[in-house]
This record gives sequence, structure tokens and C-alpha cells, in this order.
Amino acid sequence: MTRPLLIKNGHLIDPARGLDETGSIFLADGRIAWVGGGKTPPTDYNIIDAGGLIVCAGFIDLHCHLREPGYEEKETIATGTRAAARGGFTTVCCMPNTDPPLDNQATIDYVKSTAASQGAVRVLPIGTITKGGQGRELAEMAEMSEAGAVAFSDDGCWVDDSRLMRQAMEYSQAFNRPVISHCQDAALSEDGQMNEGITATRLGLRGIPAAAEEIAVARDIALAELSGCRLHIAHISTASSVELIRRAKDRGIRISCEVTPHHLTLTEERVMGYDTNAKINPPLRTAGDINALINGLNDGVIDIIATDHAPHTENDKLCEFALAPFGMSGLETALGSLMGLVHDGKLPLGLLISKLTTAPAGIIGPDFGRLGTLKEGAAADITIINPDHEWTVDASQFASKGRNTPLAASHLKGRVMATIYNGKLAYKDASIKAGEAND
Amino acid sequence: MRITPKDEVRPVAGAESQEQPPVWRHRHILDLDDFSAAEIGLVMETSDAMMEILSRPIKKVPTLRGKTIVTLFYEPSTRTRSSFEMAAKNLSADVVNLNAQVSSSVKGECLTDALATLEALGADMVIMRHPMSGAPYVAARRIEASMINAGDGWHAHPTQALLDLYTIRQHKTSLKGLKVVIVGDIKHSRVARSNIWGLTKMGADVTVCCPYTLLPFGLEDTRGIFPEVTVTPDIERALEGADVVMALRLQKERQQSGLLPSIREYARYYQLTEARLAEAKADAIVLHPGPVNEDIEIASGVAHGPQSVINRQVTNGVAVRMALLYLLSGSKRL
Repeated sequence: MTRPLLIKNGHLIDPARGLDETGSIFLADGRIAWVGGGKTPPTDYNIIDAGGLIVCAGFIDLHCHLREPGYEEKETIATGTRAAARGGFTTVCCMPNTDPPLDNQATIDYVKSTAASQGAVRVLPIGTITKGGQGRELAEMAEMSEAGAVAFSDDGCWVDDSRLMRQAMEYSQAFNRPVISHCQDAALSEDGQMNEGITATRLGLRGIPAAAEEIAVARDIALAELSGCRLHIAHISTASSVELIRRAKDRGIRISCEVTPHHLTLTEERVMGYDTNAKINPPLRTAGDINALINGLNDGVIDIIATDHAPHTENDKLCEFALAPFGMSGLETALGSLMGLVHDGKLPLGLLISKLTTAPAGIIGPDFGRLGTLKEGAAADITIINPDHEWTVDASQFASKGRNTPLAASHLKGRVMATIYNGKLAYKDASIKAGEAND
Repeated sequence: MRITPKDEVRPVAGAESQEQPPVWRHRHILDLDDFSAAEIGLVMETSDAMMEILSRPIKKVPTLRGKTIVTLFYEPSTRTRSSFEMAAKNLSADVVNLNAQVSSSVKGECLTDALATLEALGADMVIMRHPMSGAPYVAARRIEASMINAGDGWHAHPTQALLDLYTIRQHKTSLKGLKVVIVGDIKHSRVARSNIWGLTKMGADVTVCCPYTLLPFGLEDTRGIFPEVTVTPDIERALEGADVVMALRLQKERQQSGLLPSIREYARYYQLTEARLAEAKADAIVLHPGPVNEDIEIASGVAHGPQSVINRQVTNGVAVRMALLYLLSGSKRL
């Protein structure tokens, strides 16, 4: 049985309950027992001194790729969840484009049982919308939902058959799981390598126009309105997508959307020199898009931040640009990247924390525990942050097998110092003092 | 006829001039975007010296004796490869020709393994053609040998652009202020991209002319990441007052991929014909990187006409490539 844990003297922030004060928090039996000051725990317990550090609910990543089963050379549930813990994430929702894909109860069970035995944090698998993620027939969503699928997505591909997507949106409502859409028109983006723009012209690379995303966003909004489905749009990347979603929300359509740390901080110019680690889908866009995405976060059009952590091996990326797979390893740099926006005055700290905690918990819903808050009785998932810690990204030190990051050697300010999952330390920086109360 | 494209290329002789001749600082030749006008000028002057060698009865000098040069072609090519091969042999280098294929199933390792092997075998320079943009950049980061880009995807073909510049310079007193019109499939053309870099660096005014489906995104954009050019889909207007006209090869698959309704319609509106060429200056010259689709992008009468310098391009290509091999080798003697 896990010893209780007292985290003392931290700067407690919980946007869900308007908490923003220095105090202590006591974890016992996998729950938050109490929050505040002046109380002394009754029994033997461990202590973490969080003086000068921010203490918030553990982050929730609604969108990552753990690659298991099938691509264990890129990542496993064991390594991916350790990367998550280092990044402050205590819950990760993993996408189903594995081999075999998570398109039935058995594969969902496999991920859950592997995560239970090897995972460092909570893993909530996402099932496919269609069998094999092939976009032709509905997958057995009800059974997957019963097995523990948190949502449904054919991530990596858009379900381009509008009738099938409508049916998926209708069918999924019976068990109240969101459908997550990777919005990208396949014909318009076919063979595209990066954002369509002047940088692509210069590099001689086929572009993926912003319109490929916006066409898909517009259709899915229309289908969400038609079906009443709880639609979540993955990794939006363009200014016009923000506007489409803004108008849809103004009209009362039930949709939510996410943005990644890299789409908030990096532009297409990262591809110059043919850096395959900057080859990401949707592609890195322009400074104008970044501004619109930051504004969208601030005014609530964009609900959450998700990493789209997409690990690949060095060999996968060590090749001609057109042959390299899309994606970057993002769990371990997410907070540092995002804190740059906070330090630059573009995003309030409380809002950033809510986009990583309360807001994704709201999309997941109550069926997977009380997540994303420091309320008493909630899951004992805590992230401790030093907002001012400056560090240099060294991909060779990642817990993730994926060292594919365009941020290698970048200087970031803000770092996760400890992550507590289910009342236990899942990650701790060497500088953090932890010990037993009786020492 | 010798010309000086930019003042800094050849400092005015005399006691007051403190300028040094431009220093060659390239280990690889990947594109012209990182060439200065002075460096392009140095290539031009070195090519003049190579032309002199090519005019001798025995066109061979020992400059690169004992050096191994590999041509690694992932795409078929007759003229570029033989031009490089002749250039290398004229300089007494040993030449190994390799054909390779891109395989996406063993991607990555394939390219880097090939290069590691070549280097282990002692290649001093690798001349690479590849159907994918940026492949020579990936290669250059991995090897010690000098890498010469002989064409990568849609991206760059720097030695072609340099030989085009050299050919223009043979016929015009200066590149500065010349109106150069590039007609054809700009979007998929590495020749056009490298020429835009080279020509604009030398002060020429570049106009591109094509149907909008063959125009790369944002070419007319003035933000400075890519050199500014004038764009028009109207060939008569484009050719008005031109000093130099460059026609590009049209690939037949552009029709299949829906970029053009038909090759016939393209030829009707964009073929460089005698009548259209009359819009250009009377002494305008006509270039084409080859191979020519006669009576598609260029009328055969123009390709073989008095204003055509297409064959001169081929001859000059050997001299320019000799100059580049010489400059890359760091050799001091010719």
C-alpha cells in the first residue's frame, strides 16, 4: 500500500475551483485527501517540499501516439508513459493507428492491460472510428467503449466518406464518447510534405494548403450539427479553422478542439534545410496562424492543448524529406515550449494550466475518474512545475524512444520537476527534496 | 568578349583598390541561394579558363589526377551525367558512374548507406541526382566528400543555372538589368528555381510565364524568402522587350494529373513560336535546358533557329562543370 504523501508549501493552482495560493496538499489512498494549510496528517507519510514551485493537477494529453502494439521500435507503452511522466502528464489518451490498429475490444484490452502492468501513468486508449482505420465500415464502437475506449478517432486520416462519418457521429452518442476528427482533405493534401507557402516553393516541396484542413473542419461542423454528436477536432493549425470553430460555437454546435504546443510556437521556416524532424502533420504553418491560435486559446475557441506526441526512430527520419514520416516527439518539451508563451505575456499561466487539466478532463467526461482538478476526492495526480527553470533540450536524454524533435538544443524556460500519479512519484527531478516525514 | 557582372567580381586594377578576389568557401554545391554575385563571377571567370582548355587539341589537364569522382544518379539523365563525366575526365579525375533507385521500403538507410559506401571506397566528390527535393542536403550532412547537386526534385539544379548564366554572359554585355523570361512549368522546375536565384543575384529582371496551375505558390510574394519575380500568364506580354527567353520542358504527366486540360492546349497558348519570339528584342537569345519537346514548349524552328543557343549551353556545360570541380577541389594549379 502506498504511503500517503504531503506536498507542502507549493503554489497551488487549480482553475477548476479558482484556487491560486500557497499551501499544502495531502494525498492518501490514491485521492486528494485535503488541500490547504495548517493541518497535520495523522499517520506516517512521505513529504515533498514544493517551496517556490507550482503545484497543479496532473496534465491530461488527449492526443498522443504510444505506438504499441506494432511499432515498438518507435515507442512502447512503458517508454511513452515515462516520457509522459517527465512532461507532467498523468493521463495520456493514445491514438489507435497501431499495428494491429485499436479497432476492437481485444486490442483495447491489450493496451489497458499492458498499461496496467508497465505504464508509468494512466493510459486511456482511443479506438478507431472505422474498421482498421480504413474509412469504409464502422468499427465496433460500443464494445470498445465498454472495454474502456475513451474516444474514437481515425487519426492520421480523415473519414472522407461523409455518410459514414455522419453514421459514426450518430452511433457513438449512445455511449457518450467523443469522436475525434483529424481534419484534412486527402485529395488536396495528397503527397504534401509541408505547409503550402513560400517556404515550400523555395524548398521545392509539395505543399499542404490550409484549405485542406478548413474544408474538413467545415464539413465536420456541419455533420456535428446534423447529428448532435460531441465532436472534437484534433490539432487545428490554421487561422481560418479557428474562425470556423468560433462561428460554430457561437451557433451552439457541440464541438471542441485542440491545438498542439508546436503549432503554437513553431513556423514552417523550421523546415528550411530539410529538417525531417520538422515534418509534421498538420504541417507547421505561419506566424499569422500562430497568432490566431494563441488568440483562440485566450478567448476559449480552442478548448485544450494536446501534444500529438509522434515518436519515430532516428532511421525513420534519416532520409529524404519526402520519405520521412510525419510527427515529432512532444511529451517532454510540451510544458517548456508552452511556458515560453506565458513568459512572453501571450498566455496567462492559469489558462495554460486549465487547457492541460480541467479542460481535457471535461472532454473525457466523468467515466474515467475525477481528473484534472485539485478538489478533495479527485485522483491523486499532481504535477509540480518550476516556471523559471531554464534548460536546453537534449533529445538523447528523453525517456521517449522518439528523439525526433525540431527543438533539439533549444533553450526553454519552465520545466516539470515532479509528477505524481495515483499518489506515487512517477517522475522527480534530482533537485526536488522528497523524504519520509519521520526522517 | 569578357564582361564583369558586378563590380566586386573583378576589382579595378590599380594601387587604390584594396579588394581581394572572392574567396571560394563552398565545400558543396547544393543550390545558388548561398552564392554571392562575386562567387558566381568567380565561377564565370574560371569557366573562361576551362573554355580555353576545351579549345586545345588535347583537352586534358592533370588537375584532378588521383581524385575519385562518383556520379550517383537516382533518376535517368543522359546529358547532365555525360557533361559531368566529360568535365571530370578532362581534369584527369577517375570517374565511377552509379545508378541507384529510390526505395521507400528501405528508405533512409538506402541513401545514407550508399553514401557511406562511396566514402569508404574513397570518393572525393559525389555528383548526385535525385527525384526528391533536399536529398543532397541530407547527404551533405552525412559525408566528408564534396557533394554536387545535379538536380533534386523540384528544388535546385545549380550547375544548370550556372551554365545558363555563363551562356547568357557570352552573348550579352552584362546580366544586370537584362529582362529574362522563363516560360513553362515553373512549379515543378528545379532549373527555374536555381535560375531565379542566380539571375536575380546578378541583377537580372526575371519574368516567369505559365498557366497558373504550373505556378508555384507565392512566387510573386515580396517577403524576401524567395527572390522577387514578375509573374504573368500572358506569353506575348511576358516576351515584350525580352533579352533572354528560356523555355522549360513540359512533362507529359502534367496533363494526367489535371494541371492542364491537354498538351495541345498548352502548346497553343504557351509554345515559344517564331511569331511570339518577335515580341522580344531582335537580339534576344533562346535557351532550353533540354531535352527539348519540339513543337510542344518550343517550335522546332525556334529551337534550331538563329536565336537559339541551346547547343552552346551543352558545350558551356562541360566548361562550367570543370570550373566547379576545380574550385571544389581546392587545387591551385590548372
